[in-house]
Amino acid sequence: MPRLEELQDLTTQVRRDILRMVHKVNSGHPGGSLGCAEFFVALYNELMELNEGFDMDGKGEDLFFLSNGHISPVYYSVLARSGYFPVDELNTFRLINSRLQGHPTTHEGLPGVRIASGSLGQGMSVAIGAALAKKLNKDSNIVYSLHGDGELQEGQNWEAMMYASANKVDNLISTIDLNGQQIDGSTDTVLNMGSVRAKFEAFGWDVLDVEEGNNLEAVIAGLKKAKSMTGNGKPICVLLHTVMGNGVDFMMHTHAWHGKAPSDEQLETALAQNPETLGDY
Amino acid sequence: MKKYTDQGKNDTRSGFGAGLAELGRSNPNVVALCADLIGSLKMDKFIEENPERFFQIGIAEANMMGIAAGLTIGGKIPFTGTFANFSTGRVYDQIRQSIAYSGKNVKICASHAGVTLGEDGATHQILEDIGLMKMLPGMVVINPCDYNQTKAATIAIADYEGPVYLRFGRPKVANFTPVDQKFEIGKALHLTEGTDVTIVATGHLVWEALIAAENLESQGISAEVINIHTIKPLDANAIINSVKKTGCIVTAEEHNVLGGLGESVARVLATSLPTPQEFIGTNDTFGESGTPAQLMEKYGLDNKAIEKAVLKVIERK
Repeated sequence: MPRLEELQDLTTQVRRDILRMVHKVNSGHPGGSLGCAEFFVALYNELMELNEGFDMDGKGEDLFFLSNGHISPVYYSVLARSGYFPVDELNTFRLINSRLQGHPTTHEGLPGVRIASGSLGQGMSVAIGAALAKKLNKDSNIVYSLHGDGELQEGQNWEAMMYASANKVDNLISTIDLNGQQIDGSTDTVLNMGSVRAKFEAFGWDVLDVEEGNNLEAVIAGLKKAKSMTGNGKPICVLLHTVMGNGVDFMMHTHAWHGKAPSDEQLETALAQNPETLGDY
Repeated sequence: MKKYTDQGKNDTRSGFGAGLAELGRSNPNVVALCADLIGSLKMDKFIEENPERFFQIGIAEANMMGIAAGLTIGGKIPFTGTFANFSTGRVYDQIRQSIAYSGKNVKICASHAGVTLGEDGATHQILEDIGLMKMLPGMVVINPCDYNQTKAATIAIADYEGPVYLRFGRPKVANFTPVDQKFEIGKALHLTEGTDVTIVATGHLVWEALIAAENLESQGISAEVINIHTIKPLDANAIINSVKKTGCIVTAEEHNVLGGLGESVARVLATSLPTPQEFIGTNDTFGESGTPAQLMEKYGLDNKAIEKAVLKVIERK
């Protein structure tokens, strides 16, 4: 099977994982998770240079930090299906005594996670710190991070953006999930941010748009392009244009499924649109 | 009663600066971050000797805490430096999620704590930081008493794996502990032996407690002064054993009595050995502008206040 087709199948399976995880516990965040399935599959399978196993320091490998921690379902699914922990463990999502907490954490020792996130706006600073540590360690690997677009309303991001360009943190690729939605509605109606591109550029970043953020091939190509832009004295921002709830027709183009689980019937419909590929957990 | 001599007034923040400089020479993993207060935190020497291991963050404390958390990933031991107010209240959620809950090996070094910051007034005089930090699971909270002890504590925390809050101050105060002391986290230090009352003090109030003990001795009262430089984890045994002998206790801190050292001591005693206790600290109030000495007197934090509290608590036995 050609590589792209394999990854398409993985993406479909990840969507099923997301839907089944949030349905089982009747909680969690399917919308943003579904929208970022292609990004995670591309990142962990085509972009990141990863060591065998997991250790916190991650020397000599690329690192990823999820800032918008509420999309933990897609993160957990891709981590599990990349071999960080048994896929069966997805069954424990949000249950008591689980390593798969509602929002990702290092606290329960889940392999693959290097920082707790959930309270928004903190991940870019952490990613910058890890990128600085890589420079001190003469480690040429890259640090990736993902942020929601609504999350940019948190002021700490702008402190971090200012710092990263002023200090030439050029081993960092921060992707913004530009789905235009947040809990209370569209980002334009809740707090209009104007041009995110213009803002990042004004803050001294190199900015790259991936217009088709739910087209796996386009995402891989965009991230590879971003990677080629590192090491040139500027941090890199990828504006990933996605559709919240992508892959499930009734969840798409709305903020309604930001933090809501599907009913039994809705799950059935959603899964029918995403037939099993690699096997359910 | 054992007497202590002031070896020459000095500020605890300079003790931090000296300790950090020494760490710069002895531990290549130590890195330092500052939010535009290098001079106030006395970080100059470390920066001069290790420019590549210093990060000037600018006036952006939230970002500083996040960057510090990230630097630990890769094996660095970050020491952040800013005023206590901006090291805690301003960045509480960043510390909570990115450092404490994430279990990151960050040393939060906080100067200008308490009212003795002086003339800048209440906006900068945090009196709630011990409470804020001790409530975070896994956070170690240290408030050394003088220059020598702050230097020793700074050096010691680099060898401890996990988040630490190190609190010190602005004014020059008596420097009376040994020059090359070994600092042991969580180990209370008995400064004087006594039989009538236990005085447990932290930070700048340890010296005040010693003066009070000397004054009390002339009145025939024997006070046991304990320097609790580590508020969390608290040396409960040292407190209980002393109180078994003296039967009453005064706690003294440059902090709100709500949430501070005194409440931690009260919890230990209430569950193990209920004991009359008086609290020296600020009483649910903000500070104000003034000289450190004026403020210590006005807010009931000086040796006179401790003396009065001792007389009161002995009556309650």
